[in-house]
Amino acid sequence: MAECILELKDITKQFPGVTALRNVDFDLHRGEVHALVGENGAGKSTLAKIITGVLQPTEGTIYYEGSPVVWENPRHSIARGIAAIYQEPAIFPDLNVAENIYMGHQPHGSVARNINWRQLYKNTNQLLETLKSNIKAKDKIVGLSIAERQLVEIAKALSINAKVVIMDEPTSALSISESEELFAIVEELKAKGTSIIFISHRIEDIFRVADRVTALRDGYHVGTKAIDQVNLNDLIQMMVGRTVQNLFPKLDTEIGEENLRVEHLSKKGKFKDVSFCLRSGEILGFYGLVGAGRTEVAKAVFGMDPADSGKIFVRGQEHSIPHPQKAIDLGIAYVPENKDEEGIILNMDITSNITLPILKDFIKTGLLDRAAEEATAEQYSKKLDVKASSVKQKVISLSGGNKQKVSLAKWLASRARIILFDEPTKGIDVGAKASVHKFISELAADGYAILMISSELPEIMGMSDNILVMHEGIVKGNFTRSEGSQEKILATALAD
Amino acid sequence: MRRNNQQLKTSSFVVQWEFILLLIFILFNFAMSFTHSNYLRVTNLFDTTFIFSEKALVALIMTFIIITGNIDISVASMMGLSSVVLATLFRAGMNIWPASLVGLGVGTFCGFLNGFIITRVRLPALIITLANFSFYRGIAYVILGDEAVGGFPESFLYLGRGYIGNSPVPFILVFFIVLAVLAGIILHRTKFGRTVYAIGWNEHTCYASGVPVDRIKLLLFTISGFMAGLAAVFITSRIGNTRPNIATGFELEIITIVILGGVMITGGVGKMWGVFLSIFLIGTIRYGLGLHNIPGQYMLIVTGSLLIISILMNNLIVSYVEARYLRAMAALEQGEQLTEQISSRERR
Amino acid sequence: MNDHEDAEGMRGMSNATSRSLFIRFAGLRELGIFIFLLVVVLIISIRSPVFLTLDNIHDIGLDAAILAIVAVGEMMVILTGGIDISVGSGIGLSGMIVALIIMNAWGIPPIVAVFMGTAIGGVLGMINGILVVKAKIPPIITTLGTMSIYRGATFIVNYTVNKGKWVAADRFAPAFRTFTRDTFFLVPNLILITVIIYIIFYYFLNHTVTGRKIYAVGSNPDGARFAGINVSKIMFLPYLLTGMLVGTGGVLWVSRYTSAQTDAAQGFEFMVITAVVIGGVKVTGGSGSIIGVLLGSVLIGVINNALNLVRVSPFWKLAINGFIILMAVIVDKYIQEGVNKRLLERRKI
Repeated sequence: MAECILELKDITKQFPGVTALRNVDFDLHRGEVHALVGENGAGKSTLAKIITGVLQPTEGTIYYEGSPVVWENPRHSIARGIAAIYQEPAIFPDLNVAENIYMGHQPHGSVARNINWRQLYKNTNQLLETLKSNIKAKDKIVGLSIAERQLVEIAKALSINAKVVIMDEPTSALSISESEELFAIVEELKAKGTSIIFISHRIEDIFRVADRVTALRDGYHVGTKAIDQVNLNDLIQMMVGRTVQNLFPKLDTEIGEENLRVEHLSKKGKFKDVSFCLRSGEILGFYGLVGAGRTEVAKAVFGMDPADSGKIFVRGQEHSIPHPQKAIDLGIAYVPENKDEEGIILNMDITSNITLPILKDFIKTGLLDRAAEEATAEQYSKKLDVKASSVKQKVISLSGGNKQKVSLAKWLASRARIILFDEPTKGIDVGAKASVHKFISELAADGYAILMISSELPEIMGMSDNILVMHEGIVKGNFTRSEGSQEKILATALAD
Repeated sequence: MRRNNQQLKTSSFVVQWEFILLLIFILFNFAMSFTHSNYLRVTNLFDTTFIFSEKALVALIMTFIIITGNIDISVASMMGLSSVVLATLFRAGMNIWPASLVGLGVGTFCGFLNGFIITRVRLPALIITLANFSFYRGIAYVILGDEAVGGFPESFLYLGRGYIGNSPVPFILVFFIVLAVLAGIILHRTKFGRTVYAIGWNEHTCYASGVPVDRIKLLLFTISGFMAGLAAVFITSRIGNTRPNIATGFELEIITIVILGGVMITGGVGKMWGVFLSIFLIGTIRYGLGLHNIPGQYMLIVTGSLLIISILMNNLIVSYVEARYLRAMAALEQGEQLTEQISSRERR
Repeated sequence: MNDHEDAEGMRGMSNATSRSLFIRFAGLRELGIFIFLLVVVLIISIRSPVFLTLDNIHDIGLDAAILAIVAVGEMMVILTGGIDISVGSGIGLSGMIVALIIMNAWGIPPIVAVFMGTAIGGVLGMINGILVVKAKIPPIITTLGTMSIYRGATFIVNYTVNKGKWVAADRFAPAFRTFTRDTFFLVPNLILITVIIYIIFYYFLNHTVTGRKIYAVGSNPDGARFAGINVSKIMFLPYLLTGMLVGTGGVLWVSRYTSAQTDAAQGFEFMVITAVVIGGVKVTGGSGSIIGVLLGSVLIGVINNALNLVRVSPFWKLAINGFIILMAVIVDKYIQEGVNKRLLERRKI
C-alpha cells in the first residue's frame, strides 16, 4: 500500500459567480506522478492553488504527511516542502536568475540574515547543471525564453528540496525536444522520491509520465485510475462526459467571397511573414502552442498592436489599421482570450457592455437613449441565448459561458462581418462550449468570415475548414480539413 | 492597488454612500445651528459659499478624472500659475479681460501638457502631475517672486465677489451650479460620461472595443487645466490680489471633496450629486469652525482626516457588501445547478 | 504588459548578448550621475571660484546630508511600489515636538535628542504604514492626508505649548545648537550620521534576505506572495523606516537651522523624491540602487548651492526641481523602451 503524502478530503471552493470545486477528494502517493486532467474550467488550477495555500478551501480538509494542515498562505506550504510551477512563471523581472530561484530562502549567515552570495551562486549553478541547462546564475531573467523560465521554476522547486511538486501545464510552450528534457527531469525527481502532480491537457504527455490519473469535470471529482487501466477514450469520457464527435458540429457551408487577406505580415519579435486569406462562410483555424504568435497576428489585424510591415486587404481594398476603431469601422471584430481583462467590463451591466463600441448610434439630442440601448442589448442577448435575469444585470454575476456570449454579442451588435476568435471556449463549462461552437457555426453559415485561434486540437479539427499552424511566429503548415489529421497537425506545431 | 480584487466589488453600495452623506449633511447643519445663533442666517450661509466655490469648480473635473482611475495633483499649481500670469500681464498694462483669457489659456496648456506626457510617454498620472505640481508652482514663483499684484478694476472684482442683482446669492455660486448641472448631465447621460466610467473599470477592454482611451484622457487633463484657469480668475478676483503662493494646498481639499463624495479612488464609481453634497458639507464644516473661531490650521487636520476616513469607510462597506454578495451568489449557484440538472436530465 | 507577453518577445535570444547589454545599462546609471555631477561641479567652479572652497563644500555636505538621510527611506517606499509625500510634514512635526521638549531641558545631550526624534518619527511612519497596509488606503492618498495632518499638528503643538511662537536659537542648549557642525574626529556630526545610515542601509538592501525581499515585492507583488514572502510585512517596513529617518532628519534640521518653525521642510518631499528618481529608482518599484540615491542627493545639494552662488534667484529652485523630476522620469522611460526595442531586434523572428 503506497503511502499517502498528501490527501485532500471533500474540498469545496466557492467564488462569487462560480463554484470551482465541489466535494473533491484527491490523494498523492509518495514518489508517484499523479496526473490531473480536465477541461478548461474543471477546477485543476484551483485545486493546485489550494494545495499550495494561495487559496483556502471553503470546505474540506487537507492532510499532509498524515496530519491535517491549514495553509493560510504559500509560506506555510513552501516551508513544508510543497513547490508549484505555474503556467505563467511568477518571476521578478528586475532580479537575476539566482535571486529568482532563491528569493526568500537565500543561504545566509546570522548577521541580520546576511546573504552568502558565493554560496547562492554556487548552489544556483549546481542546480542549473543538474537540469542540463546553459543558463548561468547571474543572467538577468528578462532575457530568458518561456522554456528557460519554466526551467528556472523547476530549479526553484529543487532549491527548496520539495517533497511535492505541482506542475501546471508545463509543456504548453515547449517544443518536442524541450518536452523530452522535461520528462527526463520528472523521471529523475521521481527516482529521488519526490511526488509530482502533473496537470496537463496533453493526453499524450499524461500517458508518457503518469502513474495515476485523476479527472475533474465542472468542479467534481469524476474518477481516479491507474494509468495502465485506462485508454484515451476512457480518459476523454471521464473529462468530457460524452464522446468527442458530438461536441464540434460545423455545418457545411458554401464558402463565398474573400473578406480578409493578409500578406507578409511581420512584427519584430512576435511573428514573421504571415499570409492567409479568409472568406465568407469560412472558419480558418489557427493552431499552435502557447506563445506561437497567433494572438499577436490577430491583434495586428485588429489594430491593437499593428504590424511593422505587410499588407492587409479588407474586401479587396488595402487598408492600414493603426487602432481598433479603424478595424471596427471596417467590420472586423476581435473576441479576446482573456475575456475578463479584454473582452468585457465586469462591473458594468450587460447593456453597457454590448453597446460599448457603438454608443454613437444611441445618441438622441446629445444624450444617450437608454431605452434604445436596452432594446438592442435584449435583441442580441436573446440571439445568443444569454442566461440572465435582465440586461440590467452586471456581467460579473454571469457564468463564464454567458460572459463569453456577452463579449460576442457586443461584436454582433457592431455589425462586424469578420470575427477573430481567440480561444473562444477557454475556461467555459462543457455545456456552454457546445452551444458556442454551434453558434460560431451558424455565424459562418450566415456569411461571416471567421478566424479561430485555439490550442485544443479536437476543437480545431472539428470546427475549421482550413487550418493554419504556427510555431514561434512563423506559419509552419497549412491544411484543409480533409488533409489535416491530429498527428500531422501536432507534429507541425511541435516541430523544432 | 491591485485592480483584480476591485472587480468583485459592485457599485450598488454607492447608493448608500450618497444617502449617508446627505444624512450627515443635514445632521451636521442641524447640530451646528444650535451651537451658534448666527448659523442659520441666510446671508451668512450664502456668503460662506464664496470661499469654496473655486475649489468646487475644479472638483467637478476632478470627479471625471478620478472616475477614470487617474488623479491630478497639479491643479492648485495650475491655478497659481494662471493667476500669476493674468496678474503680471495686467500689471504690465494689458486690459484685465484679455489678460484673464491668457491666464485661462496658460492653465489649459498646462493641463494639456499633463495629459500629453501621460498619454504619449505613457507614465503614471500620479508621478507626472506630482512633478508638475512643483514645476508649475515654480514657474509662478519665477514670474512673480515675492511680490504681489493687486488693483484690479471693479468689473473684474465682481466675478468673485459680486451678487446677482440685489439678492444675497453670489454670482460665482450660480456660475458653479450651472456648471455642476452641466457636468452632471455629461457624466450621467452622455456617451462621453459612459466611456469615462468604462475606462475607470477596465481601460484595456475599452481600448479593445474601439474607445479612444488616450484621446479621452488627454481631453480630461486639458479640461482640468482649463477649470484650474477658470478657478484662478475667480479666486484672484475674490481675494483682490495675487501672489505666487495663491491656492497653495488646494489640491488636498479638492481631492478630499471628490473622495468624500463617494467617488472611489480606484475608479469606475461615483455620482455627481455625491460630490455636490460633499462640496457643501466641507463648506459647512469650514463655516462652522470659522464661526467658533477655530484656527485655520485645524482645517488641515480635518481635511486630511476626512480623506483618510472616507477611504477607510469605503473599504469597510465594500468588504461588507462583498461578503453578502458571496452568500447571495452561493444561493444563486445552487439554484442554477438545480436548473442545469433538470434540463440535462430532460436532454437525455 | 504582463510577463507572459514579455517572455514571448524575448524568446530565442542568446544570453550572452542579453547579459552584456544589461550589465552596460545597470552600472550606467550611477556612472552617469557621477559624470554629470563632475560636469556640473566643473562648470560652476569656473563660473564661481568660491564654489570649491572648503567652507562651501562643507555647506553643500550639510545641506545634502539631511536630504540624503530621508531619501533612503523614500527610496525603500518607492521600491515597494508606494510613495510617501508626508516626509516634509513629518520633519516639521518631529522636529517641533523634540524642540519643545529640549528647550526647557538643556541637560539632554544632543544625540539623545536625535534618538527621541527617531522614535517620534517612527510612530508617524507606523501610522502611514498601518493605513497603507492594514486599511488598504492607496499610499498617495494616505500620505496626502498625513502630510496635512502632521503639518496641522505641528501648528497646533506649537500653539499649545509655545503660544504660536517659533522656537528660536536662544532657547536651545549650546551643545545642541552646534551639534551638526561639531566634529567628531574632524568629520561633522551630521555627515557622520549620514555615512553611518548609508552603510547600514546599503548592507540591509543589498546583503540581507529582508532587504532583497523589498526588491522582490516591488518587482512582482503577486510573485512575491507565491514565493512565500510576507508581502504585508515587507510593504509596511519601508514606511516605518522612513518615519524613523524622517524623525532623525527632523531633529537634525532643527539643530542645523537652530530654530523650530511651523513651516519647516515645507515642500521638502519633492526634493526627496527628485533625489530618489534621479538616483535611478524606478517609479513603479522593483529596481534602484542606494548609491544612486546618494549621488542624487549630492547632485541636488550641489545644484541648490550652485544656484545660490551663481546668484540665480531662489525662486527658480522649485521650478527646476519639478523640471528635473519630469525629465528624469521621461528620459528613464525612453531608455527603457530603447533597451526593449534593442532586445527585440536581436530576436530570430
